Amino acid sequence: MRIKIDADRCKGCGLCIEVCPKKILKLSEKVNKKGMKSVLCINEAECISCASCAIMCPDCAITIFKE
Amino acid sequence: MTNKNILISGNEACAEAAITAGCRFYAGYPITPQNELTKYMAERMREVGGVFIQSESEIAAINMVFGASLAGAKAMTSSSGPGISLKQEGISYIAACRLPAVIINVMRGGPGLGNIAPAQGDYFQATRGGGHGDYRTIVLAPASVSESALLTYRAFELTEKYRVPAIILSDGMIGQMMETVSSKIFDKKEVENKRNWILTGCAGRQPRLVKSLFLEQGALEGLNKTLQQTYKKIEQKEVIVETDYEKDSKLLVVSYGSVSRIVKACVKKLRKQNIKVGFIRPVTLWPFPHFEVKKLAGKKTNFLVVEMSEGQMVEDVRLAAEGRSKVYFYGRSGGHIPTEEEIAKEIKKYIK
Amino acid sequence: MKKIFGKPDSLTDKRTHYCPGCGHGIIHRLIAEVIDELSMREKTIGVAPVGCAVLAYDYWNFDVTEAAHGRPPAVATGIKRVLPDKLVFTYQGDGDLAAIGTAEIIHAANRAENISVFFVNNGVYGMTGGQLAPTTVLGQRTATAPLGRDYKLDGYPLKISEMLSVLPGVVFLERTSIFNVANIIKTKQAIKKSLIAQIERKGFSMVEILSPCPVYWGLSPKQAMDRIKEEVTKEYPLGIIKEQN
Repeated sequence: MRIKIDADRCKGCGLCIEVCPKKILKLSEKVNKKGMKSVLCINEAECISCASCAIMCPDCAITIFKE
Repeated sequence: MTNKNILISGNEACAEAAITAGCRFYAGYPITPQNELTKYMAERMREVGGVFIQSESEIAAINMVFGASLAGAKAMTSSSGPGISLKQEGISYIAACRLPAVIINVMRGGPGLGNIAPAQGDYFQATRGGGHGDYRTIVLAPASVSESALLTYRAFELTEKYRVPAIILSDGMIGQMMETVSSKIFDKKEVENKRNWILTGCAGRQPRLVKSLFLEQGALEGLNKTLQQTYKKIEQKEVIVETDYEKDSKLLVVSYGSVSRIVKACVKKLRKQNIKVGFIRPVTLWPFPHFEVKKLAGKKTNFLVVEMSEGQMVEDVRLAAEGRSKVYFYGRSGGHIPTEEEIAKEIKKYIK
Repeated sequence: MKKIFGKPDSLTDKRTHYCPGCGHGIIHRLIAEVIDELSMREKTIGVAPVGCAVLAYDYWNFDVTEAAHGRPPAVATGIKRVLPDKLVFTYQGDGDLAAIGTAEIIHAANRAENISVFFVNNGVYGMTGGQLAPTTVLGQRTATAPLGRDYKLDGYPLKISEMLSVLPGVVFLERTSIFNVANIIKTKQAIKKSLIAQIERKGFSMVEILSPCPVYWGLSPKQAMDRIKEEVTKEYPLGIIKEQN
């Protein structure tokens, strides 16, 4: 798993979605514990661990791993 | 160590006593009639390896004291009238964060720019908190140069012990006049500093916070209750008051600071004429000697409060007397220092 | 699998109160990353402002104090003069630094106090409801200039960094932003330069960071970042304003 998103920290600001070079981040349809639509990764296999999303995230909601 | 007599001004005596107590941080801005204190600190603080900053304003000075105190230093600032008004927000923050700090107010004529002559118009400001919120500051009022030194040292002891800001309420006459004091006043140990809450970088411990914002339900009331408990302790233990001739006086003259010296001389003279007058001199203005005044109030004794103001301490005397005595007032403002003759004339209005 | 990016040690676990898309979260994290990289967490004392970032002390995992509005540079002066070996920084918004605190920032810079200042410029007063700031640009609508900033009534956007650059005690001044990944990385480098300048006792340094306020700009987080790139940088150009060797 290259990307781990903490849905309850996410505020659904969507900044990560804009910067992902692979366009694999999307707003979920479900709401989190705070009533916000969090972000999820729709195609993990495409993730290149560039960490652009985590760098952009104001809420430390994303952790990135690499082999 | 051999004692010698030193000729020194009240302002300088405050500064030297602060150094004796271990003060190693001073920030201040020039304002008459306390410039001698700032100048003295500029030279002396460097001699003892402390920090002296002439700040850009009185506001900056009180905030530098805030920073220095939370970092562990014994810190002090001084000013007069308009400058003390500027410091009120900072003093409220210092009180809320429970930081030790000493503030010296060498009172001048007011309100507004006023003049540079001595006055006692800042009593309310000093004893009623002065800034916003429910807090108190310890207020000590010297009546001589040697008391300026003794009470400044005491201020450092009290502020360190209780974590409540301490104000020395001096005035332009005491600040600038010179008297001889014994050097043994400055021959004391530094006040001990046992602060286990200061910010020094969190090596070896959990991070600490020094703040005064409390948004959670009940938290700010909790702080206020803690402060009030501390104030109660101070009220019980730290009152200093001087009285004389109170046992058979029909009129007790209540005064502090410069005025009290003139009152004392006046009372002594009138006693020689068999006039049954005495005096009460509060040295701590907060905590005010309510109990002493209450004890002396009654049908046989009335009070005459004399101040270099239009009537501020008189309210505390009225509160303490609880209506059981009459409380008269004689006040002069704008820098006028009442004379013995003027005070005697007032006293004779009420007793023969 | 190795973790290559996550929350730095110098940030606590607390979820911030900041609005979605607010710049504070990013900037707090960058400061924390640099402090971790310099191994200075246990020697750092931060000074938080009054403004949206008043609660910054809940998010940083080191000693922090909260100063009165505008006074962090004076408080930091007091701390640094007493503890010259510690890393002392202030974190201030445009009201704190460029309105009520102008005297304090100018004089701390002029005294060459060996501190670092992080100035978050989002051109509006967020905490109190979106009022005019000294750094609001001409034409920008705010709660207290509802028809937009008019130089005849409200004066011009204040260029505090440019003003400070003439002071000899200022050794490093850069204006950066966080509107995309490349600029976030540049901001982090500027923060690092400032903290290293302090560690090397060079003098006063400041980083001004153009940051978004989506709620009071009336824009989505993405639109707010774009506005910085396309509009705000025209009034407040990015780049090194001063660098002394």
